[in-house]
Amino acid sequence: MSALNIRRGASSQSAYDLRDPNAPVTGSHTLAVIVENEPGVLARVIGLFSGRGYNIESLTVAEVDHAGHRSRITIVTTGTPQVIEQIKAQLERMVPVHMVRDLTVDGPAVQRELGLLKVAGRGEARIEALRLAEIFRANVVDSTLESFVFEITGTPEKIDAFADLMRPLGLCEMARTGVAALARGA
Amino acid sequence: MTQTMTGAKMVVQALKDQGVEVVFGYPGGAVLPIYDELFLQNDIRHILVRHEQGAVHMAEGYARSTGKPGVVLVTSGPGATNAVTGIVDALMDSIPLVVLTGQVPTFMIGTDGFQEADTIGITRPCTKMNWLVKDTARLSETLHQAFHVATSGRPGPVLVDIPKDVQFATADYTPPGRARTDHYRPKREGDPAQILRLVEMIETAERPIFYTGGGVINAGPEASRTLRELVDATGFPCTSTLMGLGAYPASGANWIGMLGMHGLYEANLAMHGCDVMVNVGARFDDRITGRIKDFSPHSRKAHIDIDPSSINKVIRTEVPIVGDAGHVLRAVLALWTERGRRTNREAVAGWWARIREWRAVDCLAFRPSERTIKPQHAVARLEALTRGMDRYITTEVGQHQMWAAQFLHFDEPNRWMTSGGLGTMGYGFPASIGVQIAHPDALVINVAGEASWLMNMQEMGTAIQYRLPVKQFILNNERLGMVRQWQELLHGERYSHSWSEALPDFVKLAEAFGAKGIHCRDPRDLDDAIMEMIRHDGPVIFDCLVEKHENCFPMIPSGKPHNEMLLGEADTQGVIDAKGSVLV
Repeated sequence: MSALNIRRGASSQSAYDLRDPNAPVTGSHTLAVIVENEPGVLARVIGLFSGRGYNIESLTVAEVDHAGHRSRITIVTTGTPQVIEQIKAQLERMVPVHMVRDLTVDGPAVQRELGLLKVAGRGEARIEALRLAEIFRANVVDSTLESFVFEITGTPEKIDAFADLMRPLGLCEMARTGVAALARGA
Repeated sequence: MTQTMTGAKMVVQALKDQGVEVVFGYPGGAVLPIYDELFLQNDIRHILVRHEQGAVHMAEGYARSTGKPGVVLVTSGPGATNAVTGIVDALMDSIPLVVLTGQVPTFMIGTDGFQEADTIGITRPCTKMNWLVKDTARLSETLHQAFHVATSGRPGPVLVDIPKDVQFATADYTPPGRARTDHYRPKREGDPAQILRLVEMIETAERPIFYTGGGVINAGPEASRTLRELVDATGFPCTSTLMGLGAYPASGANWIGMLGMHGLYEANLAMHGCDVMVNVGARFDDRITGRIKDFSPHSRKAHIDIDPSSINKVIRTEVPIVGDAGHVLRAVLALWTERGRRTNREAVAGWWARIREWRAVDCLAFRPSERTIKPQHAVARLEALTRGMDRYITTEVGQHQMWAAQFLHFDEPNRWMTSGGLGTMGYGFPASIGVQIAHPDALVINVAGEASWLMNMQEMGTAIQYRLPVKQFILNNERLGMVRQWQELLHGERYSHSWSEALPDFVKLAEAFGAKGIHCRDPRDLDDAIMEMIRHDGPVIFDCLVEKHENCFPMIPSGKPHNEMLLGEADTQGVIDAKGSVLV
C-alpha cells in the first residue's frame, strides 16, 4: 500500500494518525474457510457473523472440490486480534467447517477481486477512460456508442483506485465479486 | 444384511440402536407416521407432555441427571417453535439433546403450508447443528450423526427436521456402525506442554484456587472423581459455578462454596485475591466475572475447556488447555504425581487462614423470624430434612434458585439441574419430571418460585398421568422476587409490574389435577409440612408462603468487581450507578 494512503479511522483534518496508540489495533483479515458443501452452511457462517456482531467486508463462496463436497468461503473481516481469534475459534467449532486459515497472519497470500464497471460518456472523457483502462489492464467486455463495461482484476485497492479514476469520467454502475485469496507457495 | 424400511420406522430403529429408552413428545400432523411406529413397539417409552417447551426441559432434566442424551419428538410449525426456548436453554448450558421435528412434505416446503415453519432457519443459531432430511436414504445416517454431534465435544442440542413424505418413503437402513462420523472429532487430550506449565503453576502457587464449572459434570462422573483427588491432594481451595455444583462435594474439606453474583463472600474474595486460578470447564460468564477489567487482577490463569472458542473469549488466559476436563485432569494429576506432588504448603496454609477470615463473616446469615417463613430458612430446613436421601434438585429461575444454590449441598454430580445460561423461568417443573422418569425411586424436588412455576404448570397433567411423585417446593412471595430486588436496588423502588394480583390457590390447583396440595405459612409448621411432602407417594404442590420483601445476598451488583460485594441490606444504599443499571 502506498505511504499516501490514509488509513481508515485517521482524522480527515490531520495528516497525522490521531488514534490512541495503546488502543487495540483493528486490522483487516482475510479468512479462508473450507466447508462441507451442503445446504445452509453459508447461512450458518453468515449467521455467526451477524449473531455475534462481527464485521464482513467481503465474502465469496463457491464449490472447489466437487468429489469431496468442499466449498471455499473467503471472508474479509475486521477486528482486534482478540476478536479475530474468536472468529476463527467460533468458525472452527462449527460442525460442517473443516478448516479455517487466516491468510493475513499465516504468511504471504495473493488476493484478487474482479470488478465490472460501466462508464458512460462521449468525446474526450470516453477516450480518457479507455486510456486509463489500458494502464490498469482492464478489458472492455461490452461497448456501445455511449458506454463501456470494463472488467478489471486485482487487489481490492487496485479496483478502488480504478473506480476513483472512472468516477469523474462517467462511472454509473459497478459490480464486485469480493476477494478470493490463496496462500503463496506450496 | 441391509434392511429396507419406511423413514418413520427408521426413526424408531435408530433411537433403539442409539440406546434410547424414553422420548418426550407431542404428536401432530407432520409426525403421525412416527407416532404410528411408536404405537407398534414396546422398547421405547413415550412421555406425552402438555406443551413442547415442557418436552425439551424434561429431556434436559433426563440428560443432566443421567449423562445420556435427551430425546424430543414434536410436530412441525408450532410444535417446533414451542420447543425453541428449551433448545436454546440446552445450548447455553451444553446439554446433549436430539430434537426430532416433523415438517410438511418436501414438495410443500416454501409454500406457507399448514403448520409449516422454517424450522431449520429458526433453530440454526439455537442448535449445535441441525439437518433437514430431504431423502429417506439419508435419514438413518443423519440420525446417528445427530447423536454423535450432540454427545461429542462440548455437548449441545441438535435438531433433525423430517418432512412427512420422507417418513412414508422407504429406503435401506444404515446401522450406527456404518454411519460416517469421522468429520466431527473434537480434541479430548490436552497439549502436554501446556499441562506441564499448569503443573508448574500448581507447584509454586501461593494463593491458588480451583474454579470449576459444568464442563466437569459434562465430562462424566469419572472427571468429578479425578477433580476430587487433585483438589484434595493439592489442598487448594475449590469453588464452582452454578452449573458445576456437585462436581466437588459440598462436604469436602477444600470446598469454599459457589462463586458469582450471588456466590459466597469467601469464594469471590478468593477469586479476586488468588495468584493462580485453575479454571476447569467453566467459561468466565458475566455472572462470574463482574467487571472484566478488575476480575482477579493479580492471577495467572489456566483454562481447561473442550471448546476452543471459550478460551480467551472474555478473559485472557496464560495457560490454555483444549480438551475434555476428565482427560486433562487425569494428565495433570499423573504428571504432578510423577514430579513428587509438590506444593508451596506454607504459603497455601497462609492463604487458607485468610479464606477462613472471610468465611467468618458468615455471608449467608439472615435475620430469622418467628412470624413469617424466611425463604432462606425454608431452603435450609429442606436441606436439613432431606440430607442423606437419594435426592435430585431442580429449580426455576430467580431468587429461590440462588437460595437453593447457596443453602442446598451437593455431594455428587448430576444431582442439581438448573437453568444457568439462559435463565429460563418455567424450566424446573418439567425438568423435575424428566429427572423422575430417569430415577423413578429417587426424591425429586423442584425448588420454585410461584411466578416461574406458573409458566409451565400445565405439566401437572404429565406428572399425574405417569404417576411421577415430583415435589414442587414453591417459595411463594407473591412477587417476581429477583425483578423486585433489582427494582428496589436499581430503579428507585419503583415496582413496575413485578407482582401478580391473581395467584391461584395452589392447594386447590393441586387437587384439581388430582395431586396433593400443602399450604404452609407458619415457621412452626414448616418441618412437619416438609416431611408430609416427602412422605407423600405422589406429586405434591407445596405452597410455602414466605417473607415477601426478602432480598438475596450476598450480591455483586452488575458492573462491579468481586471485592465490592454487598453483604446485606445495610450495604445497598446508592451502590449501583447509572452505568451498572444498564447491565442485566
